[in-house]
Amino acid sequence: MSSTRALGRATRDAFGDVLVKLGAERGDVVVLDADLAKSTRSGKFQAKYPERFFDMGICEANMCGVAAGLAASGKTVFIASFSSFLLCKGFDQLRMAVAYPGENVKIIGTHGGITLGEDGASQMSIEDFALALSLPGVVVCHPADDESAKQLLTQIAAQQGPAYVRLGREKAPTLYSANDKVELGRAQVLRDGGDLTLVANGLMVGLALDAAEQMAATGVEARVIDVHTLRPLDSATLAAAARETGAMVVVEEHLKVAGLGSVVAQAVVESHPVPMRFVGLEGYAESGSPAALLAKYGLTAEKIVAAAKEVLAAKR
Amino acid sequence: MSMNALSQAECVAKCRVIRRHIIEMLAEAGSGHPGGSLSAAEVVTALYFHFLRQDPAQPEAADRDRFILSKGHAVPVQYAAMAEAGYFEVSELSTLRRIDARLQGHPVKGTLPGIEASTGALGQGLSIACGHALAGKMDAAGYKVFCMMGDGEIDEGQVWEAALFAAHQKLSNLIAIVDANGIQLDGRVEDILGLEPLVDKWAAFGWSVIEIDGNDMGQVFDALERAVANTSGQPVCIISRTVKGKGVSFMENGVEWHGVAPTAEEAERALAEIGGVA
Ligand SMILES: Cc1ncc(C[n+]2csc(CCOP(=O)(O)OP(=O)(O)O)c2C)c(N)n1
Repeated sequence: MSSTRALGRATRDAFGDVLVKLGAERGDVVVLDADLAKSTRSGKFQAKYPERFFDMGICEANMCGVAAGLAASGKTVFIASFSSFLLCKGFDQLRMAVAYPGENVKIIGTHGGITLGEDGASQMSIEDFALALSLPGVVVCHPADDESAKQLLTQIAAQQGPAYVRLGREKAPTLYSANDKVELGRAQVLRDGGDLTLVANGLMVGLALDAAEQMAATGVEARVIDVHTLRPLDSATLAAAARETGAMVVVEEHLKVAGLGSVVAQAVVESHPVPMRFVGLEGYAESGSPAALLAKYGLTAEKIVAAAKEVLAAKR
Repeated sequence: MSMNALSQAECVAKCRVIRRHIIEMLAEAGSGHPGGSLSAAEVVTALYFHFLRQDPAQPEAADRDRFILSKGHAVPVQYAAMAEAGYFEVSELSTLRRIDARLQGHPVKGTLPGIEASTGALGQGLSIACGHALAGKMDAAGYKVFCMMGDGEIDEGQVWEAALFAAHQKLSNLIAIVDANGIQLDGRVEDILGLEPLVDKWAAFGWSVIEIDGNDMGQVFDALERAVANTSGQPVCIISRTVKGKGVSFMENGVEWHGVAPTAEEAERALAEIGGVA
């Protein structure tokens, strides 16, 4: 990716590992996939526990409904596909059969955002936070790297109730070590600073850190917060950041209209309003290499720095 | 028939050229879906070079036949045919999947003239095709609507909703083609989610069904002739039994060649097997 940080594994690889571990520890874990088991890495679980894995075929809607029934009968169910297909095709089933009754279904959408690359816009989910956030009671999470994905997925498995997790196709920069404690629902301050706050999640966290380093060279100290959990949102950490830094930029690999930026803005407006800017997507993208796409669609450290300059000016 | 229709024998030769383009495009792009592009080559060639009444110079002509590639990941076969048919320069094929290219990884309506629908999320094309066919009936227009789906794709419930609708509305101007190559992404269709007896299913849904070896140009021509001449009052479904990866021995029937592009060396071997250089 365009971040200068050392690359670790893709977050979908963490998912495969967590599933295998859960399979060994718990007999109630059942995994469903809709003909993308190789890509989502649920195939790792399939290889070890074939009797608890079901390839549903290209039937995302049916998969969501079946998962609800399995969960209602006592299973802890993971369903996986590309996030675009899972949320778009399964939305009504997720609404009626999973979210409304609060079933214990873990919705794992891989290949999130535009960085899935060459396959193009039909496969890219740029609206999944919006859809998942519109399902009341569903935890919404987007880890930034391998280690945080492992920890967050493990916590989500241990909790009762529905959750949506967006994972990525591409290798992600390493941000956490096994010594770091990443907690669901607790935003992680990765860099301290008093001049402004950069809020991001997923691959955008690495870019935000890059931007913060660029700004530090000019004497501006940015706080960088990884909001890996969009719901429940860590409003306290965000309010403190708003209060202490007085300006905020939110960066996301998602449509700007209804994702991380929206929920963070809502929290900040309710606690301590400060000037804010938003770096995200305006519309559908296209085919291309992940790096070329990030550059063309404005998800770069340079764009973050430019937005930071705007909020800093507004702050004065 | 199109004005410069090729004969069946000429289509056999053209089909080799199409297969060569598929391999070259994918190798150049470094990603994409060879298996399902190659399996559909005969049908797509016959459509573009004999059956579709389309004029590349007037891609939006109201009376054009419509072709919707619902299994959008196989779009290299369509791009190859469109380039050879004159929709754009053959040299543009090398831009597949690049940033700013018109040749997107899956078909995008509005980006490239001649593409009728944005597909790539499987299961939606037949509904769109029903809409075109219904409009054609309402307007008493003479055009036909062709829609190609994968056999894995027809797992999707929406396909069967569309199938019910088309039969109910007697969309006899609609021709569905299932490229039944027996393999989807994770494995063989009959292992993942069985579809057989497929002919009986479509017949039970009220369609006039024709089953062929879809890699045999003679049978493809015969089926499309019958489908175009359809007087049954029902929509027509061609179950086109094909081989995934057809024409490249090391790809044929290989689950692993669903979505992996050949390396330069593999492409060379594939091209040598396909032959057909002018
Ligand atoms: C709704 C949806 N779910 C999943 C996918 C991912 N996907 C792409 S191709 C494919 C398999 C398609 O199999 P088939 O229709 O038989 O195509 P073919 O074998 O002809 O390539 C899958 C699951 C998708 N594109 N759309």
